[in-house]
Amino acid sequence: MTKKIKNLNLNFGPQHPAAHGVLRLILELDGEVVEKADPHIGLLHRGTEKLIENKTYMQAVPYFDRLDYVAPMNQEHAFALAVEKILKIDVPIRAQYIRVIFCEIGRILSHILNVTTQALDVGALTPSLWGFEERETLMTFYERASGSRLHANYFRAGGVHQDLPKGLEEDISNFCDTFPKVINDLESLLTDNRIFKQRNVDIGIVSKEDALDYSFSGVMIRGSGVPWDLRKSQPYDCYEDLDFKIPVGKNGDCYDRYLCRIEEMKESVSIIKQCLSKMEKGPIKSLDGKISPPSKKDIKQSMEALIHHFKLFTEGYRVPKDEIYTAVEAPKGEFGVYLISDGSSKPYKCKIRAPGFSHLQSMDYLIKGHMLADVPAVLGSLDIVFGEVDR
Amino acid sequence: MNSLEDLEKKINSELTTKINNSEIKHNQIYLETDKDDFLDVILFLKTNLDTKFQQLIDITVVDYPENNQRFQMVYLFLSHEFNQRLVLKYSISENEVIPSLTSVFPAANWMEREVFDMYGVNFKDHPDLRRILTDYGFEGHPLRKDFPLTGHSEVRYSEDQKKVISEPVKLEQNYRNFDYESPWEGTKYIKEEIENNDKKN
Repeated sequence: MTKKIKNLNLNFGPQHPAAHGVLRLILELDGEVVEKADPHIGLLHRGTEKLIENKTYMQAVPYFDRLDYVAPMNQEHAFALAVEKILKIDVPIRAQYIRVIFCEIGRILSHILNVTTQALDVGALTPSLWGFEERETLMTFYERASGSRLHANYFRAGGVHQDLPKGLEEDISNFCDTFPKVINDLESLLTDNRIFKQRNVDIGIVSKEDALDYSFSGVMIRGSGVPWDLRKSQPYDCYEDLDFKIPVGKNGDCYDRYLCRIEEMKESVSIIKQCLSKMEKGPIKSLDGKISPPSKKDIKQSMEALIHHFKLFTEGYRVPKDEIYTAVEAPKGEFGVYLISDGSSKPYKCKIRAPGFSHLQSMDYLIKGHMLADVPAVLGSLDIVFGEVDR
Repeated sequence: MNSLEDLEKKINSELTTKINNSEIKHNQIYLETDKDDFLDVILFLKTNLDTKFQQLIDITVVDYPENNQRFQMVYLFLSHEFNQRLVLKYSISENEVIPSLTSVFPAANWMEREVFDMYGVNFKDHPDLRRILTDYGFEGHPLRKDFPLTGHSEVRYSEDQKKVISEPVKLEQNYRNFDYESPWEGTKYIKEEIENNDKKN
């Protein structure tokens, strides 16, 4: 006697710790095997692009912090670069180094979170406890430079908002000396861990061709053996002068992506060290008074500075009519801003290209034929943050 | 092609009539084409050995409500091989249906869904054209220029009905949009007056 068995539909999320935020994943299961995955996103949609169209260029910056909120400054960087290219202004060298330092700190922040929570998803609790301690230290650096731990609002078109406070450079340098040991500790817990390997090796394999077709970037494409990193291939700010390697995976599975992230953190530490040693005193934002706000001291003494200050914080600076697409290598992949300016002080359009959007899109392709228990492992290795996916 | 100039020449010579305008700026190449030709252009760009734009970075739309052809479709491409970026654009009017790119680039699936959701552009042969970012049951297309920033409806939990309900937006204070145009450079009405005077003379 044969009996027809209907496939089971399972709602994964939106409130599920392994969904890494507000993901609603509708899974069609045949026994324990996933037949189809349909991610429902948009539960964190805030209309960032619409809001940016209604704000001046300077007011738009904080919205970028709220996209990928585990590495805020990397997003600000893309927007700042786009505006700078249209305005054709130069960024002082010290500002470039500061920006690169904080972008790499953002990369470490993001990778620690991802590596440790992925481990948490597959059953290892300790890495997250050890990793979050370091994240806390890094966020103190954010706070000391910008005034807030997460939503920094620190980068400006033409540089950064203010110079680093006294002593921060030494403290970051000290962190760079101690952090590699923490990475080694994390690795000793995970890299050769039998359970971790069983859950990740040969899971969610992405071939080179599919990585291109599905518009993957960042670790997702490097894990599949494509040596593509925008910091090397289309360098921005001072990345050209820095010496670093691009870790590349071999098999394109979750385990290789984990290894890539670990290696990238080590490279980031080396980049920060190089920046700190090369950095010299100097201006930290563009000297053009029509774009950079004057210092408080000047406002008290100079009429011109006062007028500039007033104009910049009411009308904002105007950006000539142009269009541009600029991308940076954010921790999660290629984060891009397609900006159209119309000569006024507000962007006419600002499309945000989030790496997580195209990564999550491939969920159905990645998970088909895997077991239900592999869903969190694959989801973890995609490195999804809903701030940027939903925008 | 190693340089953008060579690439521009190559594209213009191979696709002569299909390219309306090409331009190199900010180290990228910007092409304009027509709705009827864009699929051919994209297929050429993806498969030709000298271009190899094999990655579709994003699809988006720019809304110009005052134009006859209101929407400008924008496709962003990346060629890993030659390390080049390309922007392809064409204009369509409000109710036009355009072919989907999903068969050429699987990544286009969600991007087209987003365009459909945000601007209301329809795609032919799309496997699964649903709203993606907005709420279930949402009406309107938020990124159109004529959609108000505050939206049309707001949701709240109703204590009486014991459920989440949606009602028209009620604002305590209207959204304020100040005109910061510098009076020294001429506000809008002065500019218009000057322009009119110039025309008369």
